[in-house]
Amino acid sequence: MSSSKHSSSQLRVGDSPLVKWLLIGLTLFLTAILLVVPLIAIFQQAFVEGAAHYFNSLIEADTLHAIGLTLVVAALTVPINLVFGVMLAWAVTRFEFPGRKILMTLMDIPFAVSPVVAGLLYLLLYGNNGWIGSWLYDHDIQLMFAWPGIVMVTVFVTCPFVARELIPLMQQQGREDEEAAVILGASGWQLFRRVTLPNIKWALIYGVILTNARAVGEFGAVSVVSGNIRGETNTLPLHVQLQYEDYQAAAAFASASLLAMIALLTLLLKAFIEWRQERSLKIEAEKERQVTQ
Amino acid sequence: MATHLSAAATRPRHKRVLPGLSLSLGTSLLFISLILLLPMSGLVMQSVDMGWDRYWQVISDERVVASYKVTLWAALIASIFNGFFGLLLAWVLVRYEFPGRRILDALVDLPFALPTAVAGITLATLYAQNGWYGEILESLGLKVAYTPWGIVLAMAFTSIPFVVRTVQPVLEELSPEEEEAGMTLGASDWSVFRRVIFPALWPALMTGIALSFTRSLGEFGAVIFIAGNMPYVSEITSLMIFVSLQEFDFPAASAIASVVLIASLILLFAINIWQARYLRRLHGRS
Repeated sequence: MSSSKHSSSQLRVGDSPLVKWLLIGLTLFLTAILLVVPLIAIFQQAFVEGAAHYFNSLIEADTLHAIGLTLVVAALTVPINLVFGVMLAWAVTRFEFPGRKILMTLMDIPFAVSPVVAGLLYLLLYGNNGWIGSWLYDHDIQLMFAWPGIVMVTVFVTCPFVARELIPLMQQQGREDEEAAVILGASGWQLFRRVTLPNIKWALIYGVILTNARAVGEFGAVSVVSGNIRGETNTLPLHVQLQYEDYQAAAAFASASLLAMIALLTLLLKAFIEWRQERSLKIEAEKERQVTQ
Repeated sequence: MATHLSAAATRPRHKRVLPGLSLSLGTSLLFISLILLLPMSGLVMQSVDMGWDRYWQVISDERVVASYKVTLWAALIASIFNGFFGLLLAWVLVRYEFPGRRILDALVDLPFALPTAVAGITLATLYAQNGWYGEILESLGLKVAYTPWGIVLAMAFTSIPFVVRTVQPVLEELSPEEEEAGMTLGASDWSVFRRVIFPALWPALMTGIALSFTRSLGEFGAVIFIAGNMPYVSEITSLMIFVSLQEFDFPAASAIASVVLIASLILLFAINIWQARYLRRLHGRS
């Protein structure tokens, strides 16, 4: 991108063809070994016992249940973190208040904490021995080793993603547009829907996609609170582990291939969103150029 | 309460026109308290309950200490590798035009998008003795799967994007003038890179490596499949927590977890302070 931006005749570092192709070659070689071959291997291993075996292992009752549970967890997690992410981004980019930096650092904690520790935190609090858990136990409410616990830890693990995508963008865009709208008499909801939302649309979508990808794939935290009950509290990643450790490698990779497809779809959507953003920037620049002429 | 206080303390020069401070801040604080801070209180209570002697005994247990060492070393090696590989990827993506550049750019995020358990079983299969890579390595007399090197590999895989994504924007913004001046004056590529480009890049590079290190310390899903999990040799600290939990030894799990949590919080705060400082310096200069 930027190499075309400064398309002067001046020579820049690493422009000589030898260096250029050496570096590109090395990068492609390493990427092939580290990323591309593993990606291919997932699908190769999934089909190693034939297509019939592949599809049969996917329609097994336990696998179907795991797929269903994973979708439910993602469907509950994403909206919660979408609302939280937008609220947090609005608060920290549109206002100044003491403790703003601390709030942003707190938000990063789930990124830094090991997922196993995250699972443990919830188990200690809401498990039967925890101080909330024992009260819940008396009232016959079971959160841990059941699907609500899985949703709770997934919300924890994925809560920074939406805010993380929105904050830099909203900071960069500034508050002028929104302030103008308010002065012109827009209500809070109108302001958000007509001014803010169109500006942050793509970053928001990307945040949601990332949240979804992590929610579908979370392993460590979920495996602590799930109890691994086959056909009950097994999400798809846990099911992959179970099958793999049961020496059903092909079945494990068949389940894994579904998760890999979600991952690929995530990357594809991301590339598409970036392409859209670049294009809209170009169109705007073109318009501005015509106006100045 | 907190909302009220902060609204009053808003600096006067930013006269508040925009609506929603109490709603957005209130929701955020409530959410963070419920999701983040409340669960941490459980850990603190559990650790305090067990008493100092028992706490110390658990966290200084020989097998646990061995797991700290393995985890730290593996994360360090993995993040340094990613420092080099990430810088190379970012450079190639920003500086060169070649067929497949966009695909490469998209692929960089694969380790973030791919569930860690999937990465774990795939790497374990590839590097196992009869796997595609394992066979080649075996003939060279090397063993990666089920050794500490497997841990390094899994950690490196899952944290590839960090360095690329922190260095890439800085490299894109780099103004060409100084670089071109150096080149015109006849300095070699390498010396211009070392004297002009690298000084501008290294804060971002360090941040990326630190993020990659933090992520590697906590990585679990990808690691356990390939590590072999041999006590004293290839057990990571997250696994020690997991093992204690399976033995229903909640105090021990909490004690080890508190060590991990404190370490990662210190790292997180250090990275944030460091980042804020270099961003200020960067903006101060321009």
